[in-house]
Amino acid sequence: MTMAEALRDGMRLAMRSDPSVFLIGEDIGIDGGFGGGFTVTLGLSGEFGHERVMDTPISEIAIIGAAVGAALAGARPVAEMQYGDFIFCAMDQVINQAAKMRYMSNGQVSVPMVVRLPVGATQRGAQHSQSSEAYFMHTPGLKVVCPSNPIDAKGLLMAAIRDDDPVIFLEHKLLYGGKGGRKEKTSLDPVEEVPEEEYQIPLGTVEIKRAGTDITILANMLMTHLALEAAEELSAREKIEAEVIDMRCLAPLDFETLVRSVKKTNRVLIVEEDNITGGWGAEVAARLSEAAFFYLDAPISRIAAPDTPAPCARKLEQVYLPSTQRIVQAAVDMVRLIP
Amino acid sequence: MTTSLTVDKDLALNLFRQMVLIRSFEDRLLQYFLQGMLPGTLHQYQGQEAVAVGVCSALRREDLIFSTHRPVGHAVAKGVSLKLIAAELWGKSTGCCGGKGGQMHLSDISVGMMPSNAIVGANIPIATGAALSFKLRGPDRVAVSFFGDGAANTGAFHEGLNLAAVKQAPVIFICENNLYAASTHISSSMRIEHIAERAKSYGMPGYTIDGMDAFAVYQAAQSAVDRARRGDGPTLIECKTYRYMGHSRGDPGGYRTREEVLAWGKKDPIKTLRERLISDYEQDDRDLDLIHQECQDIVQEAIDFAINSPEPDPTETYTHVFATLEGAIEHT
Repeated sequence: MTMAEALRDGMRLAMRSDPSVFLIGEDIGIDGGFGGGFTVTLGLSGEFGHERVMDTPISEIAIIGAAVGAALAGARPVAEMQYGDFIFCAMDQVINQAAKMRYMSNGQVSVPMVVRLPVGATQRGAQHSQSSEAYFMHTPGLKVVCPSNPIDAKGLLMAAIRDDDPVIFLEHKLLYGGKGGRKEKTSLDPVEEVPEEEYQIPLGTVEIKRAGTDITILANMLMTHLALEAAEELSAREKIEAEVIDMRCLAPLDFETLVRSVKKTNRVLIVEEDNITGGWGAEVAARLSEAAFFYLDAPISRIAAPDTPAPCARKLEQVYLPSTQRIVQAAVDMVRLIP
Repeated sequence: MTTSLTVDKDLALNLFRQMVLIRSFEDRLLQYFLQGMLPGTLHQYQGQEAVAVGVCSALRREDLIFSTHRPVGHAVAKGVSLKLIAAELWGKSTGCCGGKGGQMHLSDISVGMMPSNAIVGANIPIATGAALSFKLRGPDRVAVSFFGDGAANTGAFHEGLNLAAVKQAPVIFICENNLYAASTHISSSMRIEHIAERAKSYGMPGYTIDGMDAFAVYQAAQSAVDRARRGDGPTLIECKTYRYMGHSRGDPGGYRTREEVLAWGKKDPIKTLRERLISDYEQDDRDLDLIHQECQDIVQEAIDFAINSPEPDPTETYTHVFATLEGAIEHT
């Protein structure tokens, strides 16, 4: 399955087993339409009808607000933003409403909702490119999930739908595996044997994708794939064994696994597609320096987008985005730095 | 805005009693506040009581209301205990939200009082979503969004009403037009006379009613609730009303004329209903005075309870961020 197929499969199974699950968003269930911005909901309105695959006007405040209200009243909505960038239209509903309702009511209410956000730079320019996980990770009350592959995408989405808290679920556009006219030009499109049956991957977990001894590379979504590619190159060319950890959940964060890895490798390189200032990497670096400072043989280093909006032209976007080569170079520099 | 409407005697007395209870409570809270004995902020409801009690009297316990930064009247009308409200205002562990909510965030879901919302307009799409959930899952429950004239200029109002109309959600939008968004008069923020006119542009019925007349509010709300339960969709009801106090603590209301305040005072919902109870329902002054006295006692008992309740345990700062502690703060 591709990631789009795995996500669709997760939603389908969740909807079959629980009538309180419904989808809400723009262009997600229109007959003859395209199944959301990236085909993830394609065909679901045929099976579940237009009440449960609910198309809306272009009203992001209403989409997220309605999801909050439905969740408060006992449903489990899955809201889609056509592009992740559009969530900023509805940030009050995410930050002031979804995230705070349980706390303000002293636990009387739950807001079991998922917000799906297609993210990542794909030559669409500054308003269709942002990776926004840091905004949500900063807000108490939100869980933040950002998978890198189809198996995780399905298991984490099923867990997110069944979770009793609001979950921000980021999906990278270059990982969906769109077909035909929906294929992204520079996409990676991982395909995996995804179990047919229901399964959940617990939220709040990271995954060691490759074991190593010399340096820990922390990455998420598309960057996980770049980090793994870099790790193979480091091993083949430089005899450097990198441990790559997929930061598939940022909140809650499995910090213990990160600390264990750092105590083993003594070096940390963080790779994120978001702008560098105040990104998730900044938080993780700060906490690791507090918890494992005396285990570090080199300063914690970050590769991220510069503090500019995402440019559109391919030439400029290549400057903006982290690359495998930059990861390799940074890792070599850090390992060779040993006094 | 006629007052020819009537309701049965039990309901009339109940509307009166609830309005008096809210007024007594708010007036007493103000006294404590002015003496520096009530912590936090205060947004008061005096003058608007007919709206809360008229609407909530048309609801069932399991119907949900979504209130605002000025929620005390709504909470009392929906049946939240005064003790729980007072203790919340005093920031005590016995408050309806354990002290975490405060004056602007009252809730008691056991009676359908959802967490009240201090972001103007935000509860409009939220109430719509709750209504969509009812529609999706079958029960003939309704949701109510209370908001002010100021909220009618937010994007959330437009998006929420439009979505509710498109999906025929069983929700009732109650606009309490008290003429002022904080200190800004409505004439500076919209070019139409009646906010209910906006309903037409969303394809839903809209009514402008006398929000100082509890019978009129009750009957308009009952009709909208019946319509929603039948599956015929949402209604916008604009209640023309007036808040006697400033927007919040420390606002003496210097932007209003004395003439305006006095003119609205003559339409006071409690005073006018009292007169009708005497003229049309054969109640005598003594019975109605007794109601006042009972309400004063309930209020004092609630405030005493609040003042004598324990503070929250400091560890409560960290609870209820997530459903389980696993999701909670890891490094404190």
